Amino acid sequence: MGKNHPNVDKYVESRVRALESLLLEKGILPADAVDRVIQRFEADTGPLIGARAVARAWRDPDYKRRLLEEPRRALADFGLDFDMLRVVENTAAVHNLVVCTLCSCYPWAVLGLPPTWYKMPAYRSRAVVEPRKVLGEFGVEVPESREIRVWDSSAELRYMVLPEPPAGSGHLDEAGLVPLISRDALIGVAEVRLPPRG
Amino acid sequence: MDGVHDLGGMHGFGPVAREQNEPAFHAAWEAAVYAIMRASMSNGLYNLDEFRHGVERMDPAHYLRSGYYEHWLDGITRVQVEKGVVSAEELERRTEFFTARPDAPATTAVRAMPTGAPPRFRWMAEPSERPATAPPRFAPGDAVVTRNLHPRGHTRLPRYARGRKGVIHTVHGAHVFPDTNAHGAGEQPQTLYSVCFDAREMFGETAEANQKIYIDLWEPYLEPGAPRG
Repeated sequence: MGKNHPNVDKYVESRVRALESLLLEKGILPADAVDRVIQRFEADTGPLIGARAVARAWRDPDYKRRLLEEPRRALADFGLDFDMLRVVENTAAVHNLVVCTLCSCYPWAVLGLPPTWYKMPAYRSRAVVEPRKVLGEFGVEVPESREIRVWDSSAELRYMVLPEPPAGSGHLDEAGLVPLISRDALIGVAEVRLPPRG
Repeated sequence: MDGVHDLGGMHGFGPVAREQNEPAFHAAWEAAVYAIMRASMSNGLYNLDEFRHGVERMDPAHYLRSGYYEHWLDGITRVQVEKGVVSAEELERRTEFFTARPDAPATTAVRAMPTGAPPRFRWMAEPSERPATAPPRFAPGDAVVTRNLHPRGHTRLPRYARGRKGVIHTVHGAHVFPDTNAHGAGEQPQTLYSVCFDAREMFGETAEANQKIYIDLWEPYLEPGAPRG
C-alpha cells in the first residue's frame, strides 16, 4: 500500500473524527459502534466460518452438496443467515479465483475483513488478465491443463472457493482440518497443505 | 462511468504486495470509517449503489494513491453532503477543530448527544434480491453479447467486459439494478445472470491459456448472441 504523506494522514484523521462527531450528534452513529467494530474484527479471532464449512464439507458429502447447492442452509449450521454466498469447487481439472475488479466486494460474512492486497489495484487489475502469473507470485502453480475460473464479483453475490483437501489428510477429523484452511485458500490464491513434519 | 475504479485488465500496477500478519485495521480511524459506513447504511442515509458511485467520483489521482478506507471516507462524505445529511461547511469547521486538537476524542465536539432510541446498527447489508416482474429473457447455455455501454453514471458492467460474447451460466433471480438505484431512479429489479466468458474473448491472444471469467451481469447489459454452431 502506498504510504501517504504524514500531513495527509493527519487531515484524514481529523476529517474522520469530524464526521464521527457530527453523526453521533445527529443520532446516526451509535455511541458504541466504533468499539463494537474493533471488538468484532480485532478481538474475535476464532476460526473463520468459511474454514469451518470447508472442513465439514471435506468430511461430510451431504454437507458438501448443501454448501455447493444450498449455501444458505449450509451456513445456518454455523449460526449465520446469509443468502448471497456462492461456493465454487476446486478439482483436479479446475482452479477457482475470486476478485472484484470494480471495487473490493468480498465475502466478509464468512472470511472476515479482506486483506489489503485484495483491495489494491495490482490484484484487481491483474487477476482477470494474468491469473496464472498472479497465482505464481502467491506460490501456486496451475498448469495449463487445469482450467482457471476467475469470478469477478460485480453484483451482491459473494464467492468463496472450496479448495481441494490436502493429500495425506485422511487421518484428520473436522477440528483437525480447520486450522489448515487459510483465508487465502478460500479466495483461491493458496492451496491447503499439511504442516511440515518435525 | 468509465472511471479509474474500473481496473480489470489494466497494466502497470506491478506485483501484488502482501503484508505479513496484517492487522484488521491499520489505524483507529479505519475502524471508525467502517462503523460510520455500517451506521449510515443501517439508518438508510444512502444505498450501496449511491455509495459506490460516490467512491467512483473520487479524484482519479487521489484514488490511486490512497487506500481502501480513504476511498470509503471520500465516498461517504460526498454522498452525505449531496444528500444534506451533513453540510460541507460544518464538516470543514469540525475538521479544522480536530486538526487544532489532534488528541481530542470525537465526543469533544459533540454539542449534545441525542436522546431517545439509539440508532440502528446492522452488520449485514440488505438483501438485493426482489420479486421478479418479468420472466428471465435468457436461460443457462444461451449465447449472449454484452452491450457496448459507456454511461456517465453508475454501472456494474466492467469496461473489459463490454461488447463481448459469453454464455449464460446461472440465473440468479431478479436483483436491484445498480444503474438506476445509484441515481434516485428506483430499484427497478432486473434478472441477474452469471455469464461465462473465455478469457480470449476479453484479452485476445495475450490471454492466458485455458481460462474462463465469470461475471454477474444484469439483463439490460445483455443482448442475444449468435447460437453456438
